[in-house]
Amino acid sequence: MSSQTASPAATRRHRSANEKHAHAITRRNTRNGLLFIAPNFLGFIFLTLIPVIALFFIAFSRWSAFGMPQFNGLTNWKRLGGDKVFWAAFGNTFYYSLVHIPLTLIVAFLLAILLNSKLKGRTFFRTVAFFPYITSIVAAAQVWSMLFDARSGVINQFLRLFTSHVPGWLGSTQWAMVAVIIVATWREAGYYMILLLAGLQTIPHTLYEAAELDGANAWQRFWHVTVPSMRPTLFFVMVTLTIGSFKILDLTLVMTDGGPGTSTLVLAQYIYRVAFEQGDFGYSSTVSLVLFAICMIVTLIQFYYNRSKED
Amino acid sequence: MSNVMDSSSVIAAASAKTAVIDKKAYDAIPLNKRHTTWQRVVGIILGYILMIAAAIFVMLPFVWMLLSSVKPNNEVFAVPIKWLPSVWHWENYANIWSKSNMLLWTGNTLLLSVVVTFLQVFTGSFAAYGFSKIRFPGRQALFLTYIATMAVPWQAYMIPQFKMLSAIGLSDTRWSIILLQAFGAFGVFMMKQFYDSIPEELSEAARLDGLSEFGIYWRIVLPLSGPSISALAIITFTNTWNDYMGPLIYLRSPNLYTIQLGLKQFISQYNADYAMIMTGSVLSVLPILIVFLIGQKYFIEGIATSGMKD
Repeated sequence: MSSQTASPAATRRHRSANEKHAHAITRRNTRNGLLFIAPNFLGFIFLTLIPVIALFFIAFSRWSAFGMPQFNGLTNWKRLGGDKVFWAAFGNTFYYSLVHIPLTLIVAFLLAILLNSKLKGRTFFRTVAFFPYITSIVAAAQVWSMLFDARSGVINQFLRLFTSHVPGWLGSTQWAMVAVIIVATWREAGYYMILLLAGLQTIPHTLYEAAELDGANAWQRFWHVTVPSMRPTLFFVMVTLTIGSFKILDLTLVMTDGGPGTSTLVLAQYIYRVAFEQGDFGYSSTVSLVLFAICMIVTLIQFYYNRSKED
Repeated sequence: MSNVMDSSSVIAAASAKTAVIDKKAYDAIPLNKRHTTWQRVVGIILGYILMIAAAIFVMLPFVWMLLSSVKPNNEVFAVPIKWLPSVWHWENYANIWSKSNMLLWTGNTLLLSVVVTFLQVFTGSFAAYGFSKIRFPGRQALFLTYIATMAVPWQAYMIPQFKMLSAIGLSDTRWSIILLQAFGAFGVFMMKQFYDSIPEELSEAARLDGLSEFGIYWRIVLPLSGPSISALAIITFTNTWNDYMGPLIYLRSPNLYTIQLGLKQFISQYNADYAMIMTGSVLSVLPILIVFLIGQKYFIEGIATSGMKD
C-alpha cells in the first residue's frame, strides 16, 4: 500500500530537488553502500585480491620456505619449459577435463530431462542423485578405492562375469585416470542436474507444442527449443564445470596421490607438491599462474562464444 | 516426501502453473488429445529403466559403505561378494570413539562450520544489500570484480594466500580456516540474486518514511529473505564441514584436526582394518546427510537460483 502512495511523491521530490541536494544523496549513498559492502570486501581484498595480484610477482621470483621472494626474471619459466613432470601434469589435467566435462554434462542433462518428465518417484530420485555431492571427498574417495580394488573389489567381480580381462584401475597407469573420472562424474552429476533442471522448468510448455504442430520430432525439439531456451543456464553450467575440472585437486590427492607414477598427477596437485613437499614457493607460483591463465582463457572463450550466440 | 514436491513446484513457479492451464485447455479439444502410441510407452519404460539404473549406481557406494562398516573384517573383500555380514558388528560404532579422536574432530569441525556459516551469512547478505539496493557510482565495477574472481580457482592462489596468512602468524590456528571460508563471493552473488527480486518500491518507501539504510536491511529486507538465508547457511555449513584442502594446508596440530583430516589420518593408521575405516567414513558423512535431508528444500533451491541469470 505505502509503496503505491510513495512513488509519485518520490518523483515529485526528485524533480524539485536542486543539484546540491542530489550531490548530497550520492555522497550519502556511496558512504552507505561502501559500509554495507565493507565487511565482506575487506576479507575479499586480503584473502583473494592481494594473493592473486601477488601471484604475478612471485611467479617471476625465487622463494624458498623462508625469507622474501627474490625477483629472478624468466628463470622459473625456462625451467617450466623443460620440466617433464609439469608437462605430464599439464597433459593429465587436459585429459581429465576433456573427458569429464562432456561426460558430466551429458549425464546431468539426461537426468534433468528424466526429472522434468512425469515419471513417478522422480522427487525421491532427485534427492538421491544429490547425495554424492554433499559427501566428503575423503569418505567418497575411500569407498570408491575399495570398490575399485583390482583383485576382489565389487566392480571387478562384476566385470569378471563378462570377461577375464579386467582393468587394474588404481594400480594401473592406463586406468587410474578413468577411475578418477568415473568417481568425479558420480559426485558432480547431481549438482549440475539441479542447475539444468531449474533451467528446463523455465521453458514455457507452449514452445514445445508449437514446435510439435510444425512437425518437429523429439530430436529437433531438443536442438531448436530446449538448447536455445537454456543458453543462460548452459553458459553458467559450462563455466562452472570447466573451472571445476581444471582445478581438480582433492579427489586425486586422496584417491591416488597422483599415481601410479605421474598418471593422475594434475596441475593443482603439482602446485601443492612443489610448494609443500619441496618448499619451492616461487616455482610453485609459476605453475599456479599457468593454471590461472588456463581458467581465464577458457572462461573468456566461453563468454565470447555465448555472446556471439545471443546476438 | 511432501516437502520435496513443494520445492520443485516453487522452482517451476509461474511457468508450471501456466503450463498446467494450457495443457487443460489443449486436452479439452477432442481432436488434439494425445494418443498413447507405442513409441510413448517405450519411452516411458526406457525412462524408468534409466532412472532405476542411475539410482542404483548412485546409491551403491553408500550401501556398500554402510554394510561393510558392520562386517567382520575378512568379509569386506570376500570373493564372491558377501553383501550381508555373517555377524553384524554394530559394536564398531561404539569402539571407534576410543580408537580415534572422532569426538575431538567432530567438535572442531562443528565449531568451525558454525562460525564460518554465521560470518558468511552476515557479510554476504550485508554486501548483497549494498550491491542490490543502494545506488552509488562504481557499484557495477565493484560487483564485476567479485564475479570475475569467482572464475579464479582457489588452487591458483592458495600459495600466496598461505604465505600471507603464515607471515601474520595465522597458520595452524582456527582463524586461518575461518578467514578462508567466511568471505566467499558466492554468498554475495546468491543473496544479490534474491534481493534483486524484491521490488525497489519497498525499500524506496521505507527510505521516505525516514528509516535508515540499516533499518531497511534489518526490518524489511532481512525478514523477507528467510529461505535464501537458510539456503546460503546450509550450503556454507556443508562446504566447511567437507573441506579437506584448507585444513590440510593450514592445520598441523592434531588437536585442531577437522573430521576430514582426522579421517584421512585414521585411514592410513588402520589401513588394514577395512570395517573400521568404513565405520569412520559413515560417521563423517552422517551429520551432513541429516542436515541435507532436513534442509534439502532450501539447499536445492539455493543451488538452482544461483545458476539462473536474472
